[in-house]
Amino acid sequence: MESLKFVRKPKRPLPQNNRITDQRTLDAKEINPNAEQPSQAATRLIVSSSPHFLNTESVPKIMHNVVTALLPATAASVYFFGWRALLLIIVCVVACLATEYAFQKIRKQPIKIHDGSAIITGMLLAMTLPAGFPIFGAILGSVFAIGVGKQLFGGLGYNIFNPALLGRAFLMATYPVLTTTWVWPRTMEKAIDAVTAATPLVMAKFEGKFDVPIMDMFIGNTAGSLGETSAIAIILGGLYLRYKGYINWKLPLGYLGTIAVFSAIFWYVNPAKYPSPLFHLFAGGAMLGAWFMVTDMVTSPVTSLGQWIFVIVAGILAVVIRLFGGLPEGVMYSILFMNAFVPLLNKHTRPKVFGEVKAQKG
Amino acid sequence: MGHKTFARGVHPSYYKELTAGKRVEAAALPKTVTIPLQQHAGAPCEPLVKKGDLVTEGQKIGDVKAFVSAPVHSSISGKVKDIELSQHPGGFRSLSIIIEGDGTAKEWGGPAKDLSSISVDALKDSIREAGIVGMGGAAFPTSVKLAPPKGKAIEAVILNGCECEPYLTADHRIMLEEPEKVVWGLRALMKTLAAPKGFVGIEENKPDAIEALRKAIGSSTDIQIIILEAKYPQGAEKMLIVAATGKKVPVGKLPLDVGVVVNNVGTAAAIFEAVNWGKPLIERIVTVSGNGVKEPRNLKVRVGTSFEEVLSQCGGLVEGGEVEVLNGGPMMGIAQPTLSVPVIKGTSGITVIAASVIKSSVYEACIRCASCVSVCPMALMPYKLGDFGKAFRTGEFKDWDGLSCIECGCCSYVCPSKRPLLQWIRLGKLKVRQEAQKAAAAK
Ligand code: SF4
Ligand code: SF4
Repeated sequence: MESLKFVRKPKRPLPQNNRITDQRTLDAKEINPNAEQPSQAATRLIVSSSPHFLNTESVPKIMHNVVTALLPATAASVYFFGWRALLLIIVCVVACLATEYAFQKIRKQPIKIHDGSAIITGMLLAMTLPAGFPIFGAILGSVFAIGVGKQLFGGLGYNIFNPALLGRAFLMATYPVLTTTWVWPRTMEKAIDAVTAATPLVMAKFEGKFDVPIMDMFIGNTAGSLGETSAIAIILGGLYLRYKGYINWKLPLGYLGTIAVFSAIFWYVNPAKYPSPLFHLFAGGAMLGAWFMVTDMVTSPVTSLGQWIFVIVAGILAVVIRLFGGLPEGVMYSILFMNAFVPLLNKHTRPKVFGEVKAQKG
Repeated sequence: MGHKTFARGVHPSYYKELTAGKRVEAAALPKTVTIPLQQHAGAPCEPLVKKGDLVTEGQKIGDVKAFVSAPVHSSISGKVKDIELSQHPGGFRSLSIIIEGDGTAKEWGGPAKDLSSISVDALKDSIREAGIVGMGGAAFPTSVKLAPPKGKAIEAVILNGCECEPYLTADHRIMLEEPEKVVWGLRALMKTLAAPKGFVGIEENKPDAIEALRKAIGSSTDIQIIILEAKYPQGAEKMLIVAATGKKVPVGKLPLDVGVVVNNVGTAAAIFEAVNWGKPLIERIVTVSGNGVKEPRNLKVRVGTSFEEVLSQCGGLVEGGEVEVLNGGPMMGIAQPTLSVPVIKGTSGITVIAASVIKSSVYEACIRCASCVSVCPMALMPYKLGDFGKAFRTGEFKDWDGLSCIECGCCSYVCPSKRPLLQWIRLGKLKVRQEAQKAAAAK
């Protein structure tokens, strides 16, 4: 076993291209002046900092699981809205990937579109659009989502806002009419005679009607954006992520719980004027937001207390916007708004260090 | 589940089945041994012999006056060949005594003495003179733990039998094969510290060891076995104390501040041999395991035997490719640049990991997945500390309690972006230390 080749990884990371270590083959004499010269083709010794054992999680693995979790909602949207929905999703995904690729190329960064995060952004963005949305607009939204929402901040991990939501907010501003021109799902009779449709939230807001059967909203048999209609498909995906351990139950349940409790107060006071909590939970983007946007790792807090504050404030905001704001739907803005506070929340909600003594805290 | 434990932590694959069922076998008598003069936390020893001296097995060959220190002994009989700087398994160079053996080995043994017939001072003396240190890895001199400052009453001695590092089974085998020694050693520790209670903390995944110890304790109630959840780092001192007694060691304080002293089960067995047989700490059980070694085994190895010699008794390394040879287990062990390093008192295992399989050298941006935060047993924010450490932002590093890090490595272990968080945190700590030294020097 004298015939070993020695490799030492220097302790300092080389930050430029994210390589932890630069492998260098050391002469045995550099380490031990008395050692014999090693011969070739033997086991090489690596030196690195502990731990020497890592689990098998990786960013692509997480992202690909999120994509998988979005598949039921995708299938549901195609079922209810036909091939147009699928086309929209594909366009958004391709546009997001292309934008990501272009930015990484221009910034001379390693191309990482295979990590799946741009696919998620594309899918989520498409989920927030009505089925009849123009293709060009979808492309524009995707470019904005990835370009401004993610790459301008520095790419995955550095963005403050959820890119898909930012893309959607951009489209709201540029196409205020088209983003709210919904079509009836194929499965509804009305599809034949009505060109444009109203979502349950729009009806509640502007017509004061909220008599859409909860069951229809649960299954997805209502008008709305692609992924906003079928609550069950989204819950299915969310539960899959929970099962895989990629989302913290606090986030979706805390968000939905807050919406339910807060809206229940109004409903209790005046059930004729305000919709029921169940209506709030299954209408619009609440489910999609709770399971796929509030839980976005990059843009949600890391501490337990921070997560509670995040979801509770966002939940209250969503209900307030829905009931009293100028818009029928408040989920998107509630989450975007809270995204901005995440760094602050992380900083001020640090857990108490193990064994911390009260007097020591300044 | 339902066993006592601490908050957070991780569940790595343990791979203990490789060696858990294998009896401890005596390693071959080495021809030469390299005995570093620093095998413990604290001041290094000064040599008591010179080149050419004849030494016998168990003879003291290095000692120092300092309070935090432990003497070293020759592990074989023979002649001092040299005293020189050589590579130490701790990753630095240390003055070492190199002894060439004459091929003879001494027989150690004898009956267990009655504890009540030995005075506390005599016990303390034997422990210090035998050079006993913590055998779980940190190698803190046991004699120091036995001398708490006046006025601090010790309520309990906890023996650490968790062995939460993957692969390692040395402590498991000791508890299984020599439970009487462990229990005797624990009672000796309790006597010296005048502690009324003794605990042995064992992870639930070692039911046979629990059974063996139960038998050895018998019907007496002074010692209690605490079954703990198998979770890493269950064996970290602070985690063990909170799991066993519910007490949290305050930041910057020692276990004895909460009336507890923790020792490794191997240390207890070594105390038995020191007091009853007069045998100093010159031999220890080493688990040789990992996916890079051909025949994993538990070996009783003399201190000073080179890793190379130990590994060759285990079929050697797998051929070709890259491996990491670690002093210790995969979570906290130190990678060795050469196999000429010796086994020392704190070497609980030699783990060989096929590096290409497990570690990638590329890391990604932090996606703030919160994994590192949710596993840190000290409730720190590793992703932030890593950034501060990397950038040498020592002020923020201290503000965010970076100095409380126990270097367990849970954060790096779970990070999906494979960020070397602990490596950066070490950089931060080092920088803080350097700055403190500079400030002290400037005064
Ligand atoms: S585990 Fe890694 S990716 Fe996740 S928050 Fe910590 S440093 Fe960031
Ligand atoms: S920060 Fe330190 S104590 Fe916390 S998980 Fe990382 S290594 Fe362990």
